[in-house]
Amino acid sequence: MPKMTMVDALNTALHQEMEQDDSVIVLGEDVAVDGGVFRVTEGLLDAFGEQRVIDTPLAEAGIVGTSIGMAIYGLRPVCEIQFSGFSYLAFHQLESHAARMRWRSRGAYTVPMVLRTPYSGGVRALEHHSESREAYWAHTPGLKMVIPSTPRNARALLISAIRDPDPVIFYEPKAVYRAFREEVPEEEETWPIGKAQVVREGEQLTMISYGAMMRPTLEAADKLAQEDGVEVEVIDVLTIAPLDHETFSESAKKTGRVLIVHEAPRSFGPGAEIVARLVENSFWYLEAPIRRVTGYDVVIPLFAYEKAYLPSADRILRAARETLETPA
Amino acid sequence: MPREVVDIPCQVDYLSILDEDGQVIDADLEPDIPDGRLLQLHRTMLLARRFDERMLQLQRQGRIGTFAPVRGQEAAQLGIVAALRDSDWMVPSFREQAASLWRGQSLESFLLVYGGFYQGNELPGNELPEGTRNLPVAVPVGTQPLHAVGLSYAIKYRGQDDVVVTFFGDGATSEGDFHEAMNFAGVFQTPTIFVCQNNQWAISVPRSRQTNSETLAQKALAYGFPGRQVDGNDILAVYVAAEEAAERARSGDGPTMIECVTYRLSMHTTADDPSRYREEEEVEEWRRREPLPRFQAYLKQRDLLSDSDIEETEEEIQGEIQDAIDRAEERMEKLANEELSMFDHMYAEMPPYLREQRDELARELAGQEGNDA
Ligand SMILES: Cc1ncc(C[n+]2csc(CCOP(=O)(O)OP(=O)(O)O)c2C)c(N)n1
Ligand SMILES: [Mg+2]
Repeated sequence: MPKMTMVDALNTALHQEMEQDDSVIVLGEDVAVDGGVFRVTEGLLDAFGEQRVIDTPLAEAGIVGTSIGMAIYGLRPVCEIQFSGFSYLAFHQLESHAARMRWRSRGAYTVPMVLRTPYSGGVRALEHHSESREAYWAHTPGLKMVIPSTPRNARALLISAIRDPDPVIFYEPKAVYRAFREEVPEEEETWPIGKAQVVREGEQLTMISYGAMMRPTLEAADKLAQEDGVEVEVIDVLTIAPLDHETFSESAKKTGRVLIVHEAPRSFGPGAEIVARLVENSFWYLEAPIRRVTGYDVVIPLFAYEKAYLPSADRILRAARETLETPA
Repeated sequence: MPREVVDIPCQVDYLSILDEDGQVIDADLEPDIPDGRLLQLHRTMLLARRFDERMLQLQRQGRIGTFAPVRGQEAAQLGIVAALRDSDWMVPSFREQAASLWRGQSLESFLLVYGGFYQGNELPGNELPEGTRNLPVAVPVGTQPLHAVGLSYAIKYRGQDDVVVTFFGDGATSEGDFHEAMNFAGVFQTPTIFVCQNNQWAISVPRSRQTNSETLAQKALAYGFPGRQVDGNDILAVYVAAEEAAERARSGDGPTMIECVTYRLSMHTTADDPSRYREEEEVEEWRRREPLPRFQAYLKQRDLLSDSDIEETEEEIQGEIQDAIDRAEERMEKLANEELSMFDHMYAEMPPYLREQRDELARELAGQEGNDA
């Protein structure tokens, strides 16, 4: 099995899907000749030509709106928005059309498109290049919202997203893009959209996270095992919408204690919905208040203070210990 | 008459005053700029150039983060702002270092912002001194011209005769917001000057892939106001175009679009590698037409500037830049522990829940220190 970065894995997924399905089209700013500013679409132009790999004019509404039309016709557009901070220029196309075309046409017209876009902080970037606004899309009925965390699940989920019959917003954690390598099997792999994954088993505490925050969360789990002798369960959400609360509740029923980690701002963030589902489904099993370790309700600072803003393994560890120490 | 041609004004002129060697082509067009102001413009152009080079070094050394170099576009920016009054407004995108320096922004403030400290935007020189009106950098491409239209509508409403200049790139003309801004300005006849810095590239996408139109300036014609092209590497031509546009705007004749035909001689940003998408020959070609030597040749010919003047100015500028770097780095060191400032300026008044979060961060930071000890 080759070891890949997330960039390589996403690139592989695109190559594989374009190879086996000529309805898959890639479009966006700088995706063809330049291979994308993060090189996720590198080599696609050479392999599939400019009819299928399109450098568009600089217009996000144009990219998304055109993708919607292509998808209605039956193509499978995979569009790229260069940074998620610029996806708002296509907000109306997503909210007013991509999310509703199936509903409005009573199932006659559908929008099987994917919008890929890098999100997350931690790369010393300019303003608008570091934020996490997955809640916008997760809050929009009709859209699916996926966030992988490792090269292997990124490849599997991107393939599933392309084959999905509905519009999928696919957030790529840019802090993970080249952070580490993982073995990715040669043969095709998919992962069901709408399914969370238990990535570490434990009895005393459930930690729920996703995307770039999986690494500090797992690091905190390791420390708890080594330093405190506590085995915690860690769940990777993977799909933010539709949310797989069954996996969370099952775990919460076992551990009675839950900690949620995300870098998006706390208020009305995905953590709030996860807490609500847990309260609805496993209230009588909970032994301590559910805690959230998140970004603060501020504009993510420029990079000098980014470290203080982003949840760190230490911050997660402290919150985990407090949750574990709360008497039942 | 089942079919006839609708006669619409459809003309874009191209203005250039200096040739590639800095010789005046048509003396009738030469603007009457006081000598002192010409020399000030030269100094700012040189400062912008050297500062750009120095920032690139700092970025490569990891002392500041990503920024967008201005190299090659200095005349296209300075010619415009030189024709403004201090009380006029500037609404920039993210590459307007030369224009911003002219409008009073300090070197230090750039260094802080690109060093990752938003406090750069609070420094004297970048706050709004009486009479100087610059909006901060707008990174989302093509979104800020609408603000210029709103500002200029307000100016008109209040009966003032100030004008608003907004800068944006060739790529920006593909965004919907740009077209909405142009249309509003045309309908409301606002005192707005739309300045397109057509530097031929939007990251890796060439100008020819942004629009099938022959020029960008002609977009203005569709919205019912004049659009013109100028040699954007010729500071005199840019100045004349801006002066005419400002005059129109001030006298109530509405907006103008100016397309400065120029070239991005450097990378898109420090994160970009242009060798992936453009040929060195093309860059070489444009290097011959670049604005600084042309302006210097013009000034020399008018006996306003000598080689030794240039040398002296260069030296002065190096000192000025070094001082700014020293001050900025000292300031950054002091600011490094002011993480709690991330909660400032979110609202006029900090809501209670945000105050709780700030206290939480304060405890986190204290806890970290505890751990380190
Ligand atoms: C809305 C939006 N989309 C994408 C980007 C990423 N991006 C930054 S600059 C740029 C190209 C801009 O080209 P142009 O308007 O010609 O200005 P230039 O960079 O050449 O000065 C792109 C695509 C952005 N900042 N904002
Ligand atoms: Mg450009």
